[in-house]
Amino acid sequence: MSEETQVKKKRKIVLDERLLAYKGVWVFIEHERGQVHPVSWELLGEGRKLADMLGVELAGVVLAAPGEEAKRFCEEAYQYGADLCYLMQSEVLADYRNDPFTQGLTELVNAYQPEILLLGATTQGRDLAGSVATTLQTGLTADCTGLTIDPDNRSLLSTRPTFGGSLLCTIVTLNYRPQMATVRPRVMAMPEKVPGRVGRIVEHPLAMAEDDIVTKVLEFIADDSRDKPQLPFADIIVAGGRGLGKPENFQLVRDLAEALGAEVGASRPVVQAGWVELDRQVGQSGKTVRPKLYIAAGISGAIQHRVGMEGADCIIAINNDPNAPIFDFAHYGIVGDAMTILPALTEAFRQKLATLKQAG
Amino acid sequence: MHSVVCIKQVPDSAQIRVHPVTNTIMRQGVPAIINPYDLFALEEALRLKDRFGGKVTVITMGPPQAEVALRKALSFGADDAILVTDKSFAGADTLATSYALAATIRQIAKESPVDMVFTGKQTIDGDTAQVGPGIAKRMDLQLLTYVSRIVSVDQDKREIVVERRAEGGVQVLKTSLPCLITMLEGSNQMRFGTMPDMFRAARYEMKFWDKTAAGIEDVTKIGLKGSPTVVNKVFTPSPRSEKAEMIAVEGGSPADVAVALLAKMAARFPLVEKELAKRA
Ligand SMILES: Cc1cc2nc3c(=O)[nH]c(=O)nc-3n(C[C@H](O)[C@H](O)[C@H](O)COP(=O)(O)OP(=O)(O)OC[C@H]3O[C@@H](n4cnc5c(N)ncnc54)[C@H](O)[C@@H]3O)c2cc1C
Repeated sequence: MSEETQVKKKRKIVLDERLLAYKGVWVFIEHERGQVHPVSWELLGEGRKLADMLGVELAGVVLAAPGEEAKRFCEEAYQYGADLCYLMQSEVLADYRNDPFTQGLTELVNAYQPEILLLGATTQGRDLAGSVATTLQTGLTADCTGLTIDPDNRSLLSTRPTFGGSLLCTIVTLNYRPQMATVRPRVMAMPEKVPGRVGRIVEHPLAMAEDDIVTKVLEFIADDSRDKPQLPFADIIVAGGRGLGKPENFQLVRDLAEALGAEVGASRPVVQAGWVELDRQVGQSGKTVRPKLYIAAGISGAIQHRVGMEGADCIIAINNDPNAPIFDFAHYGIVGDAMTILPALTEAFRQKLATLKQAG
Repeated sequence: MHSVVCIKQVPDSAQIRVHPVTNTIMRQGVPAIINPYDLFALEEALRLKDRFGGKVTVITMGPPQAEVALRKALSFGADDAILVTDKSFAGADTLATSYALAATIRQIAKESPVDMVFTGKQTIDGDTAQVGPGIAKRMDLQLLTYVSRIVSVDQDKREIVVERRAEGGVQVLKTSLPCLITMLEGSNQMRFGTMPDMFRAARYEMKFWDKTAAGIEDVTKIGLKGSPTVVNKVFTPSPRSEKAEMIAVEGGSPADVAVALLAKMAARFPLVEKELAKRA
């Protein structure tokens, strides 16, 4: 992202002596029911780059119940780029709860002093990040879409859409450490796993007993994932926007999706108008997706939509306005009426798949 | 049961338009509304009042115009409203905001003890979801985020059971009062205000609290001074290094264009080609 319009002179950031000791990049390894959330691996991929720019180590942070599972998470973290893992094991960490996790992560930060701490912007990550940042009295930037290091002063530069605006902004943390940021799932690319890559464990106890914790988990009701669209992980998405004119026309998007075995996505206005279910919204206030192929019909390409899908490998845009912003970042553009282009594409893809099938 | 509900006045983002040329946001004429997520928090607090009696106090930190949002909340049935407004709050990030709101709630609790604090899950303009957790930590309240349902409340034991949206499922949590709940959207539906409530809201003598009234002791913790994060620069998103390759076929039909596109894509994006082959 370039074309910067500087709003104010770059701030000089001078750190107190005690804050200079903060070194290293940490990623909180989020897990639930024995599964690490993929966003943690995505963050290790991003964290690796930041650590290399800074010339420091990258650490995963695992808080879990005692047992083999936690060790397995650490081993996986090395394969995704971590040099070491801070491991805190306690029975009270068996399920995610705000209090023990906040205390645990806060203790680790105070003991080992990282300069950067990244978490997924999930229900768990946001719950924890907000609590830890307040407890540590430090800065936290939510929902970043880009992270890099200012070469002049080693500061973390977090990019995110401006509040309700059509612009992006870069946020820095002043004289406070660590610099905390959350990133939504699928915003960063999944790094390659390197089998056999190893690291070291730093174990740290948690001084907390079950009696110290007020909130108890009574039950966990797992989602029935069968009928939920898995938009963030779909490889092909066909999305429609307001340019389709009326809800009936959205069927053309569904037809193409069906021909391709793709998931259906949508821009916010059509979700708000009730043409499409809520969990199919792509964008800043919907889902972030990274498919191999994203087909957008009748979508203008507003920044709030763009941040949710520009990670796609190939973007095809259909729009009747040759100046629509989506053509600035799509790979292929077709200027025309979506109502005639969509059926033509459906037919062309059907034939293509038939040919590929024959070719075997 | 005394609940305090934190709300924020935001521009109605459904009506925000982006200037096609300057790419800046056009706020003129965009109505200000209560952050839609906060309405779920307010309704839940009103339901607790319906069941257990007590009262609902709504607060907001914001400019004097935010009074409109508070009156709206009163018209839905809230009993009291406080607008925390002071020039020194300007430039507050989420850490500074939670400091000011926590101080305000402590001040409210001096008059009438607070059992529950409610916030929305996040705002539609900031989208951070950080202020709720921040208030809870500062006040040492039990924090329950993304609550989709209050299952039960035992007033004698001062216990509450809720369902909380987690990754991959729902956690059923039991905790003690006082606690802070951030309500998930869609968890309830805001009621219509009654006539008497609407009249009361219109006549209500709004409470304006400055930083002293809100009990703020440490002025280095509010506004820009109390904010660890600052916006360094604002910029327009850049186009990709190359613009989209436009597919057009001279005198061709949509079918010709579609076929031309697929041929080009096959050559340039083997990754997509492989994905299509999987589906053949
Ligand atoms: C805080 C905030 C959060 C937001 N979050 C999101 C989000 O998560 N996701 C999201 O998508 N938006 C979001 N938005 C809204 C966003 O700013 C845009 O308003 C929205 O993306 C526009 O949707 P659209 O492209 O479908 O509609 P429009 O902008 O109205 O564009 C319609 C397009 O269709 C084209 N068109 C018209 N007729 C035809 C035709 N016959 N054939 C082909 N093309 C045609 C037009 O040229 C136009 O480009 C958010 C906004 C705010 C303020």
